[in-house]
Amino acid sequence: MHEVRSSAKTRELAGKAADKKASLGEDVDLSTYTSDGDKHEYQQDLSGIPSEQRDQMVNVGVTLDDLGLRGGTFLQVDQSVIHSSTSQEGVEVMPILQALETHSWLEDYWWKAVDVDVDKYTANVELAEPSGYFIRTLPGVKSINPVQACLYLGHKNLAQKVHNIIIAEEGSELHIITGCATHPMQPSGLHLGVSEFYIKKGARITFTMIHNWAPDIAVRPRSAAIVEEEGVFLSNFVCMKPVRTLQTNPLATCAGDNSVVRFNSVLVAPHGSTLDTGSRVVLQGRGSRAEVISRAITTGGDIIARGYIQGSAPEVKGHLECRGLILSEELGGVIHAIPELRGELAGVDLSHEAAVGKIAEEEVEYLMARGLTRDEATATIVRGFLRVDIEGLPPELAAELKQAIETSEQDML
Amino acid sequence: MLDIMNLTVEVDGKEILHEISLGIGPGETHALFGPNGGGKTTLLMAIMGFPRYKVTSGRIVFKGQDITGATLDERARLGIGMSFQRPPVVRGVKTRDMVTASIAARGGEGGVDIDRLAQRLNMGELMDREINYGFSGGEIKRSELLQLLAQEPELVLLDEPESGVDLVNMALIGEMTNELLQSGLGCNRTRSGLIITHTGHILDYVHASKGYVLLNGALRCRREALEVLDSIKGQGYEGCVACMR
Repeated sequence: MHEVRSSAKTRELAGKAADKKASLGEDVDLSTYTSDGDKHEYQQDLSGIPSEQRDQMVNVGVTLDDLGLRGGTFLQVDQSVIHSSTSQEGVEVMPILQALETHSWLEDYWWKAVDVDVDKYTANVELAEPSGYFIRTLPGVKSINPVQACLYLGHKNLAQKVHNIIIAEEGSELHIITGCATHPMQPSGLHLGVSEFYIKKGARITFTMIHNWAPDIAVRPRSAAIVEEEGVFLSNFVCMKPVRTLQTNPLATCAGDNSVVRFNSVLVAPHGSTLDTGSRVVLQGRGSRAEVISRAITTGGDIIARGYIQGSAPEVKGHLECRGLILSEELGGVIHAIPELRGELAGVDLSHEAAVGKIAEEEVEYLMARGLTRDEATATIVRGFLRVDIEGLPPELAAELKQAIETSEQDML
Repeated sequence: MLDIMNLTVEVDGKEILHEISLGIGPGETHALFGPNGGGKTTLLMAIMGFPRYKVTSGRIVFKGQDITGATLDERARLGIGMSFQRPPVVRGVKTRDMVTASIAARGGEGGVDIDRLAQRLNMGELMDREINYGFSGGEIKRSELLQLLAQEPELVLLDEPESGVDLVNMALIGEMTNELLQSGLGCNRTRSGLIITHTGHILDYVHASKGYVLLNGALRCRREALEVLDSIKGQGYEGCVACMR
């Protein structure tokens, strides 16, 4: 079964890279994790999901009570797919293994956006039994309700390995809300997630990902998107809960003319968390555009906020914005913003702004002069800082995103 | 309403105001004149209670209560409100958020119709913009006024409400400032005001009873506001002070 999708070539490349350290982030020793999780039963009506898992899933934006509110639902616990369904015609949601069996052409998308031998994390995803999701909109189909996906890590010390493929066919629209979660008391674990996005001509994907991990979890997502002519890819990433180490640096390539990519990240690092997150966009299509925005707050942990935009075609435009706020004086915490721009020909228009600091006393006093206490003023400013108004995001997803941020804010403040 | 007694204030260890005394009764508005650097803004900031403006001696009494030791936000909730000349940008916080926060902080439901007020101040499109971000001088003035109208303070401190306002907007700002001071919002409180003005244009719209010249950190004269203004226009600050002495 494993051979369904693997060419000898990718297997060979993966084998060679199985111990290859990543270029960024702390090296995670894979030998300390197990690959054998418990097997979990498939749930047709979701009533058998234990309440603690249910709560965590809801916290990352998953709706379990009425699946009709979603265009489709995919739930995975450890390495087991426990539910996969779709409620809109023209929207496909299925376990990746099933998709590989159903669509023989899927090998054309398998490790085509992400290289299998980038590092040991991608290689080990390839070398494992495939799990993860396949989500696709057929040509011209507009996603009415967002599709939801949740990857839940429950087994102690498990290395969860996931390979997802997401395709929006020509002229289609696909909205996805995805949550990665574990129990807040989960002792340890590792999440390796490869996601490959393909946005065809004139198509649009909005992808909102919320991470709620635990203090001893290591996370290494490896994502990439290829956006064709007039395609749009909006990606939002929210990680506000403790996580021991998270390193990710997704790459979007605006391959087609006039394609658009926007990355937004909202990051909070409590004491003991290290987040090394970035977003990269390569503008290859004429007139393509990119915006990379990150908001980073440390309440004691460390954040490296990277951003990279490369202009390789005429009339491209890109803007990077990294803003960081250091909230804790006692617990320390570092924010390291690394915005990078690379222009390869005349006529590209790339810019960035980066700012790191504490909350300006002047702003706190301005609000206090209106009658807010110091704490209320600080909370208002932090809330404003984390507010990302994302152009082009459907109102329903914007509301989900806002709610996820507000829930986490309460813990932080 | 407000009594200031022998107030000495220092900023960053340097004494700026020396033994200032003044009193503003309920319903009275007073005007504060003086050259740049004379200490006018410092006086307003000290009354409002900004921590950097340290009272080293003297007292501030508001509505019969000694507020010399009260914090900035306590004073705001007691009923002192201030318009800022150069307010900071607070990214992500919208004008509407500031206005609702101002109302809430004073515990007010208050019947303030925010959108109607915003419309009257020509602020419609600014309500959902980040506060002060890219605002023109006139927009800042109108936004500050809107926040004060929502906050409904009993003592209004205005720092150069007319500076940077073009002729077309002056009438609007002037009339709304007058409305703010006249407590024309359906409640019967009598508001008091202290206004810093360089040009005196605001006094075309607002009746100020008394005027002061603040020179080198000391209050140098106190008379009918328009008289003081005329005198400054004729003879400059130094001349004005000399004549009044």
